[in-house]
Amino acid sequence: MELAAAKMIGAGIACIALVGAGIGIGNVFGSYLSGALRNPGAAASQTTNLLLGFALCEATGLFGLVIALIILFT
Amino acid sequence: MAMNPMEQFAIKPLIAEPVLHIAGHPIYFTNQALLMVIVAIASSLFLTLAVKPNRLVPTRGQSMAELSYEFVANMIHSATGEDGLKFFPFVFTLFIFVLCSNFFGMVPGSFTVTSQIAVTLALACLVVGMVIVVGFMKHGIGFLKLFVPHAPWYLLILLIPIEVISFLTRPISLSVRLFANMLAGHTMLAVFAGFVVSLGAAGGIFMGVALAPLLLIVAIMLLELLVAFLQAYVFAILTCIYLNEALHLHDHH
Repeated sequence: MELAAAKMIGAGIACIALVGAGIGIGNVFGSYLSGALRNPGAAASQTTNLLLGFALCEATGLFGLVIALIILFT
Repeated sequence: MAMNPMEQFAIKPLIAEPVLHIAGHPIYFTNQALLMVIVAIASSLFLTLAVKPNRLVPTRGQSMAELSYEFVANMIHSATGEDGLKFFPFVFTLFIFVLCSNFFGMVPGSFTVTSQIAVTLALACLVVGMVIVVGFMKHGIGFLKLFVPHAPWYLLILLIPIEVISFLTRPISLSVRLFANMLAGHTMLAVFAGFVVSLGAAGGIFMGVALAPLLLIVAIMLLELLVAFLQAYVFAILTCIYLNEALHLHDHH
């Protein structure tokens, strides 16, 4: 197989990591909303944890994206 | 028509000759250096000039500066407690620098400083280096207890290497998070802009279709503004959390 084609396929496979990030971010916000609707009083105090969880989740998916970009552009 | 969406991240020297040589390596004044200088000067000028008149009833500019001050102070206080407040200048500078770099990068035609791994890795190494220095200054050799969680000894054999590795990967995760977010956002914008250009060039009915990605760019731009703020916030709050661990080890304040 040609190297260029293999690189393209590899970059595509590396982007599968974003599936996990999508599931994770959905989970973070979904859980926050269901918790916040049950107890709206405690919702405001948990926004820090919400954003932190969102960022930590998103980063793991983006690691895969970075690998894809490295494969494509180096 | 093949537009490279990564072209916007290219670093170009603005002055053809190297400014100075360090150990034989030529140091150029690049577009990135220019943007970093602009960010540093603009943010410090704004923050000093906005609060200079010290009005009792603040104007919009003054309340922006005061709100950002209060915001960071509250963040440090909630994450590290009372004795973390002496690191306020450090965290505030980091936060404002990252925030302003992200926002200046959103201006079309400018350059995003934080989309360079060199910049974010330097910032992250600064944070982790600071944490290590603070930890050893406060606790001496006892700072190494950070790597020993409360667990039975047979678990410690497994847990201590994990703790050490997770500490050592902090600069990488901290820098790659910021860098990858900025890179991904700007690449996405460039890809959609490429759609607009190629659809517009096709002419005829495609000119009307080109409106769809154009509107989408506006929406993504808004999302990116949110991400720009969020990443600066996350960078600052993680700095606070790491500082908190260095200050208090495992005990809860």
